[in-house]
Amino acid sequence: MSYLTEGGRKGIRSWILSTDHKRIGILYLATMVFLFFIAVTIGVLMRIEQLTTGHPLFAPQTYNAFFTVHGVIMIFMFVLPGLPAVFGNFFLPIMLGAKDVSFPRLNLMSWYFFIAGASIVVASLFTGKGPPDTGWTFYAPFSLETGTNVSLGVFGAFVLGLSSILTGLNFITTIHRLRAPGMTWHRMPLFAWSVYGTAWIQVLATPIIGITLLLVIAERVFGIGVFDPAKGGDPVLYQHLFWIYSHPAVYIMILPAMGAITEIIPTFAHKTIFGYRAIAYSSLAIAFLGSLVWGHHMFTSGMSEMANLIFSLLTFIVAVPSAIKVFNWTATLHKGSIEVKPPMLFALTFIFLFAIGGLTGLMQGALAINVQVHDTYFIVGHFHYVMFGGTGMGFFAALLYWFPKMFGKTYNQKIAVLAWVPIFIGFNMLYFGMLVLGYMGMPRRYFTHLPQYHTGQIIASIGGFILAAGLVMFFANLIVALFKGKKAEQNPWGGVTLEWQISTPPPLENFSVIPEIKDRPYVFNPEATR
Amino acid sequence: MSSPAATPPLVHRESHKDYEGSKLGMWLFLFTEIILFGGLFILYSAYRARYPLEFHEAGQHLNVVIGVANTIILLTSSLTVAFAITAIQKGARTICLCCLSATIVLGAAFLVNKYIEWSGEIGHGLYPNSPVLMQRPHGDQIFFGLYYSMTGLHGLHVFAGIAVLSIMLGLVAGKRITSADFSKLENGGLYWHLVDVIWIFLLPLFYLAA
Amino acid sequence: MEHPETHVHIVPYRILIRVWLLLLLLTAVLVATTRLMHEALSVWAMLIITPLKAGLVLFFFMHLKYEKPYLRALVFLTFGLLTIFIGMLFFDILRR
Repeated sequence: MSYLTEGGRKGIRSWILSTDHKRIGILYLATMVFLFFIAVTIGVLMRIEQLTTGHPLFAPQTYNAFFTVHGVIMIFMFVLPGLPAVFGNFFLPIMLGAKDVSFPRLNLMSWYFFIAGASIVVASLFTGKGPPDTGWTFYAPFSLETGTNVSLGVFGAFVLGLSSILTGLNFITTIHRLRAPGMTWHRMPLFAWSVYGTAWIQVLATPIIGITLLLVIAERVFGIGVFDPAKGGDPVLYQHLFWIYSHPAVYIMILPAMGAITEIIPTFAHKTIFGYRAIAYSSLAIAFLGSLVWGHHMFTSGMSEMANLIFSLLTFIVAVPSAIKVFNWTATLHKGSIEVKPPMLFALTFIFLFAIGGLTGLMQGALAINVQVHDTYFIVGHFHYVMFGGTGMGFFAALLYWFPKMFGKTYNQKIAVLAWVPIFIGFNMLYFGMLVLGYMGMPRRYFTHLPQYHTGQIIASIGGFILAAGLVMFFANLIVALFKGKKAEQNPWGGVTLEWQISTPPPLENFSVIPEIKDRPYVFNPEATR
Repeated sequence: MSSPAATPPLVHRESHKDYEGSKLGMWLFLFTEIILFGGLFILYSAYRARYPLEFHEAGQHLNVVIGVANTIILLTSSLTVAFAITAIQKGARTICLCCLSATIVLGAAFLVNKYIEWSGEIGHGLYPNSPVLMQRPHGDQIFFGLYYSMTGLHGLHVFAGIAVLSIMLGLVAGKRITSADFSKLENGGLYWHLVDVIWIFLLPLFYLAA
Repeated sequence: MEHPETHVHIVPYRILIRVWLLLLLLTAVLVATTRLMHEALSVWAMLIITPLKAGLVLFFFMHLKYEKPYLRALVFLTFGLLTIFIGMLFFDILRR
């Protein structure tokens, strides 16, 4: 008996009407992976375009639509909902010793908003004058003037934002109210801390993009004028409002991934986490400081020098709590009894790739460098390192880690490791290649390129194809395991947090008796002192 | 934060009601509304700094009397809904129903005033993209762009608040909200109060700018 | 069903009425100041009276005075965040 077999309804209704946080997590997983592969396909098409010179395969307008839609899907439908929607939903209540989140019906509504928003965005691809061509950033004044389906597209993003807000609201309340007896804040697993920090950003930052997107629609439909220079509006103010959300958004993306890594590393190092409080508080610090650095996306937009200086300084400061986490993970590994199983392999990959991403971020935070690399492939390389090498790898690591618990099946670990090879090689060929191309001056969002970039583009594209092949292998392995995998044991990895104490897959109500918590998490050998 | 002795009690799926949690959830939702309007206030502050004279002048086209009247209406409606909550907590159902109804009526009066007001301004050609407005200086255009966006968004929230309170009215009348379980009404009231708070900030920004 | 720490705070009618009268008075002062005084004083009046009115609604009508401290802190955090955003924005706006 498990949550997959229990429950009153049958068939598809048992899924799309379920308020069980575990089923909702899986609903998100299925829809997100589907959308992920659509966006990957578009990415592959972009790489194919860059292989051709002279006669492009796709028209420039099509290419504009490609990078816009690739960005909108990846950011709003995969990386942002990301780990909170899947693993936060599935595991937060269990890790806290609760039977569900505080507002289960609201949770289901979050998923409905997600589906609605995704559908609206997809609709914008096929109606009217075609998909938006503004880039996922929808900068004014072009987004106010272009004839493409911007209004529909941004409305879809708005609805997706509602999904994010409600999830954050739910998780904050759950963490405040539903921790098991004895689970003080400092006995919560660190994944829960990361979800907590993330949830605050979701609640406090997302409404800003909400109003900004509504204003774009109001501009296009009513001619309000707040961003339109012809009416006295200031397009740079659009950028301010946009990035006041979209920068904290990247911390929504990375914090839960860091949280998952923080769960995985102690388990496979068989050693308690080093610096529990440092990791917990740095999650909150990142959430707060990350709200103050948005101007670093706008250094070349015409902001005052004073603003440039202040945002640059704060950008350097916000790197500190992230670095603290990296030190804590490495310190945890030090003298641990390390087992490199697939989840650990991807967790270590996360640390490596995220470090490159973070360091290139620091480079970009320096004004002198920024002026040279803004709007080049360097930026594109950087954010793929953090969003894909960071959150993406964190997502894959979490999936490999928690898959047996969620589905009660094991997957082929050899193939998981094998898939890692093309993923890692392809990833670095593609995105390190972009760092180099960008540094050499290749602009982003261009459908073609000058001859001096051609070799680099070819290398990058080949890397992209290898990466895509690796992704297909990775997911095919898991999908096959869903149907044909062997039955998983209760605790295949030897984890010590609450989800490993209940049966696999979990029962409908998680716990027949709410546990009473008597100790910190991550205690591996009772006699070892910390 | 909380020591083991004060951690939340067991919450089972069956006995569902977490009063504090429900209230916290509502406040979190209110935070999102504050930030939503906050984005518009950010824009207002930037443009006020850029077009101080035009903002000052353009405000004179607005109807201060209606603006102040609407302020009094909303402040009073906050009183009545607060009364309604005190009433239900004391078990005074009839007083609660009267006060809730009064709140809804006041809310409707606000919207009627708004309709009259906007009709007046639109009648004078002062609306986004109008020929009259396009002739005026940039600062005026931005002022009115912000005026319609902010009061419009606010008006939508008044409308939503009336809908919410009407549902509450039904629930109180149907004895689904009682002195033992009034969380929904309290949360509905919180929403209404926030709509009032936002108006408190809107009044000086537009009507008293002159 | 019973939560040990749930305390129901009932705000008496007379307090609500007094707060309402105060709100009306403050509104009158605000309107009068902006109509009758010159610009600088009006701006100060707005900057002081408006948050005061909002605070009265938050603390008494919305029961914030009677809630646990953490909730008050979160409300301040939210408004504080907006203030920081505006403040930082002005590093750009004022110096361009």
